[in-house]
Amino acid sequence: MIKTLVKSIREYKLPSILTLIFIAGEVVIEVLIPFITADLVNNIKAGAPIEAVVKTGLILILMAVLSLSCGGIAGVTCANASTGFAKNLRHDMFKKIQGYSFGNIDKFSSTSLVTRLTTDITNVQMSYMMLIRTAIRSPLMFVFSIVMAYVMGGALATSFVVVVPVLLFGLLFVSRKAMPAFRRVFKKYDRLNESIEENVRATRVVKGFSREEYEKQKFADAADDITFDFTKAERIVALNAPIMQFCMYFNMVFILLIGSKLVISSGGSTVDVGQISAMLTYGVQILMSLMMLSMIYVMLTMSAESIKRICEVLNEESTLKNCENPVTAVVDGSVSFENVSFKYSETAKRFALEGINLEIRSGMTVGIIGGTGSSKSSLVQLIPRLYDVTEGSVKVGGVDVREYDINVLRDSVAMVLQKNQLFSGTIKENLRWGNENATDEEIAEVCRLAQADEFIATFPEGYDTYIEQGGTNVSGGQKQRLCIARALLKKPKILILDDSTSAVDTKTDAFIRMGFKKFIPETTKFIIAQRVASVEDADMIIVMENGKIADLGTHSELLQTSEIYREVYEQQTTGGAENED
Amino acid sequence: MKTNNMPRPNGAQPPMKRKLNFGALKRVLKMLFSYYPVLLPVAIACIIFSAIASAIPAIFNQQVIAAIEEWYISRDWAAARSEIVPKIVVLAVLYAISLMAVIAHTQLMAIITQGFLGKMRKTMFNGMQNLPVRFFDTHKHGDIMSYYTNDIDTLRQLVSQSIPALLQAGIIVTSVFFIMLWYSIWMTLVVIAGVFLMLFVSKKIGGGSAKYFIRQQKAIGKTEGFIQEMMSGQKVVKVFCHEAKAQEDFDRINNELFQDSRRANAYANCLGPIIMNIGNVLYVIIAMVGGLFLLSGAKNFSISGMAFEISIIIPFLNMTKQFTGNVSQVTQQINSIVMGLAGAERVFALMDETAETDEGYVTLVNATEDENGNITEDENRTGIWAWKHPHHDGTVTYTRLTGDVRLHDVDFGYTDEKIVLHNIDIYAEPGQKIAFVGATGAGKTTITNLINRFYDIADGKIRYDGININKIKKSDLRRSLGIVLQETNLFTGTVMDNIRYGRLDATDEECITAAKLSGADDFITRLPDGYETQLTNNGANLSQGQRQLIAIARAAVADPPVMILDEATSSIDTRTEAIVQRGMDRLMQGRTVFVIAHRLSTVKNSDVIMVLEKGRIIERGSHEALIAQKGKYYQLYTGAFELE
Repeated sequence: MIKTLVKSIREYKLPSILTLIFIAGEVVIEVLIPFITADLVNNIKAGAPIEAVVKTGLILILMAVLSLSCGGIAGVTCANASTGFAKNLRHDMFKKIQGYSFGNIDKFSSTSLVTRLTTDITNVQMSYMMLIRTAIRSPLMFVFSIVMAYVMGGALATSFVVVVPVLLFGLLFVSRKAMPAFRRVFKKYDRLNESIEENVRATRVVKGFSREEYEKQKFADAADDITFDFTKAERIVALNAPIMQFCMYFNMVFILLIGSKLVISSGGSTVDVGQISAMLTYGVQILMSLMMLSMIYVMLTMSAESIKRICEVLNEESTLKNCENPVTAVVDGSVSFENVSFKYSETAKRFALEGINLEIRSGMTVGIIGGTGSSKSSLVQLIPRLYDVTEGSVKVGGVDVREYDINVLRDSVAMVLQKNQLFSGTIKENLRWGNENATDEEIAEVCRLAQADEFIATFPEGYDTYIEQGGTNVSGGQKQRLCIARALLKKPKILILDDSTSAVDTKTDAFIRMGFKKFIPETTKFIIAQRVASVEDADMIIVMENGKIADLGTHSELLQTSEIYREVYEQQTTGGAENED
Repeated sequence: MKTNNMPRPNGAQPPMKRKLNFGALKRVLKMLFSYYPVLLPVAIACIIFSAIASAIPAIFNQQVIAAIEEWYISRDWAAARSEIVPKIVVLAVLYAISLMAVIAHTQLMAIITQGFLGKMRKTMFNGMQNLPVRFFDTHKHGDIMSYYTNDIDTLRQLVSQSIPALLQAGIIVTSVFFIMLWYSIWMTLVVIAGVFLMLFVSKKIGGGSAKYFIRQQKAIGKTEGFIQEMMSGQKVVKVFCHEAKAQEDFDRINNELFQDSRRANAYANCLGPIIMNIGNVLYVIIAMVGGLFLLSGAKNFSISGMAFEISIIIPFLNMTKQFTGNVSQVTQQINSIVMGLAGAERVFALMDETAETDEGYVTLVNATEDENGNITEDENRTGIWAWKHPHHDGTVTYTRLTGDVRLHDVDFGYTDEKIVLHNIDIYAEPGQKIAFVGATGAGKTTITNLINRFYDIADGKIRYDGININKIKKSDLRRSLGIVLQETNLFTGTVMDNIRYGRLDATDEECITAAKLSGADDFITRLPDGYETQLTNNGANLSQGQRQLIAIARAAVADPPVMILDEATSSIDTRTEAIVQRGMDRLMQGRTVFVIAHRLSTVKNSDVIMVLEKGRIIERGSHEALIAQKGKYYQLYTGAFELE
């Protein structure tokens, strides 16, 4: 897992290593400072000449400056390394996701991908910063201080034999106990927040049914429950400070008591007063470094979850692979399905498509109709190779789709997805997704074809109208027409509309289809629709049911032969779509 | 997006350049005291106690050392013991007391903090339930959520850590300051000068850091926005082979973020070593100044009147350390206090939102009606409802609830400046079906918002069974109006819970009957756990049509005399749509219904059709009459316009 992450450090290895070096330097100086300070104090006490005092003083100031430089440089390189690492991670993840197939994207939901790219990376960045700044600092500080304490204090250092295990045990105990408690609480906390979100979204339902008091009670119960758990967890963590202080105080008293006895009975020959002061300082440093270590431990375990989630993204292999020596041109828009069966994942029990055989000539208009879950979308998604077949083969222009260069194939097969999206940017920018170099005339032309030119003209800024994120400032029908125009700009050999005119009124819908017939006759057109009216003039209508082709034929044929088709047709015509009068 | 609530390290928090908001601080403290009138003072006392108890030992500490100095030449431990050991015992006792005080205040603060946050959450939520629909329409849901997540989290930091730490450090600084004055005023002045330098530097660097943190914050927002858009549109990206372009755009934004956060963190990281080493230098300077004073024999100037001696300089040095250490503590805490108070300010703003007012006094009661038409109130559910109308003279009259709704010359605007509905007149007799048709923004939904008083009208009158709806208690008015909205909102819980939401005292049988009526029973019984199936995330595991069916069942179990229906526009497959349609039809039977219609079949079966345009009713009448009129409705009906 860690290996995957380390690969993303790349050019930030140097600043990372520099950080470690400078931090080590800073630690060494910091450990030496009490040593020299003891000297200074002794000089003053002994009434040494002012020159000697000033000399040690200057040495100390020099050390402080050195320590400051090391600390400052480490601070800068550390910031560089951790934010750079995060940048690379984001880049690598984004790149990986760009290479994902539809199957991969389905596996992770888009919201989970967003969390992984944002919150999880922030957690890793923080941990990395902490790691390179303190991971070396604390152990070094600990080791140096222990060594110095023994060198200077001799027998006095026995104090640490008692204190260090007590503190270590205490801190470990607290974090071991607290972490699972916190994890449990945070899960509950997330659920609580989700329920608030639910309540906010459903304001009109809550108020409409006058359920305010009921909601308050429901929330109060959940909030009390959380408060109880949070308090429990927080009280465990609150033990950290007393444990630390106990060790510090114990150390002080021990060193003063034993120290004074040693000093006095030896007459200052084995231990002197300066050493006692130094021992007290080292005591603080040793205990602080242990405290820091326990914090790193907590931090790393907390971000382990994030690391796992990031690695899942990075280690995911795309389920679609470009073949070697791919075909780089699509001759025409003919499509054939040969004994095609398909399921969304290898483990899925049910086939989404079974035994599909179809032969479609270039330039035909094919309508597809069927209920929810009848696999209409699954069928057409195989054509631009959004998914690979499980069995059989799909051919475009007489060549198996798996043999094409995938970009070449998708440029020739334009698909307007059911769940479509415009991106923040002007209308023109959005349309140019279809063809980056499209001229204004070409853009206007496809918009005419998609019946979008009229409403665009009513916008004060026309083609330069800014589309908000999620396309919230255009209506559903307008959005669908823009999406069609965008696909048309590709000048595709095959055009697939997956329920792409559901929000467009019937008249405009008819105009769009008429335009297709007249202006892009060579393009093969697939039209998935709920409305029979949208497909009735197609050259071929496929009626799907439960992943199989139930019936096939033209409108008039199907009215005779297909029970399902007839049922749908009658329901819609008597339902009110009597456009004839 | 799910919010991450893992505790963040405090290392690199954005030091926002904002003034301390004392009003918010006062209010937080006031609330804390009112919630914990006993525990909090005890905790504060313990904090103060432990702070003093950890400052004083420095003196004893020093006295022990001084005693050692005095005795070590004699090498007589037996004699020295009687002087040294009692001092160490006092020290140990002080430490023990301090330790107990620490245990007490950390435990108490844990209880107080979480209790306080729990109470805050409840107060916020309860207050929010009483807010008018307008509040929810005018605030982004993400912003409302951040009150409960980010702002509450900063409050936690404020109460549990920053305030106690500030208090403690403040007390230590003050007591050390006085002890220093007691020893030597001259040397104290030197320390103070050094501390001012520290404060100045941290302010300078903090300022630079703040600038880049603000920029980083913006860059994060931009990056997250881009990521969100791209991840939800990833399939579109693939279909258009737009991967390389997307990557290019992302790398540019990503790099901007890197530059800003690199600088912000670099500043923040440098602050620590700088402050620490100023402390170190100050220590050396004090030592040298002390040494100089000592050698030159200058006259000391102090509260205690002590002369310059080695026994002053050594403890003074230790106190310098403590003093500077705690001053830098204070500077670090200031940041999170400013942020915490900013969070508190936002939370208070939510709490201070004006609640929905309700001056209604006419209530809805169960009733029985005798053969003479006299209505009497009944405690039990009778199936007959009546409006209980108390009058000024103390009498009470009852009006039977029939579902007669009339709008007279109603004007309305979401803001005073812009009126969106003009002169609306609607008469709905009991059992009539009124359909609203018109383009998006014509005002269909707005009218229904007025009937159940989600919004109040600007001018005109709305009467329900002859009673001005302003006189009816809002909750009772809404209880008498069922709603099925275009967007279905379900709650986490079982299917049964969701249906019962319509009427909390409905039995399981009544819920199932309602589900059967609406046509939902069929699919519910086929779910793995039937009516006990858990729904999460707004019923994400159900199809759009199935969710609508549950919403219809929910309205059916409430069994109100008047219904407001907003038909869904989204395409669901023909078969489910037929089931939904039948469910809706059954729900409408025998009720007064206002329906925002998207299906021509619904419109055709209505008693009266209101065609709206730009906030005015431009045509009204039955289907046949309007077709004959060959106006706007005729155009809509023949498919020349989108029926949205």
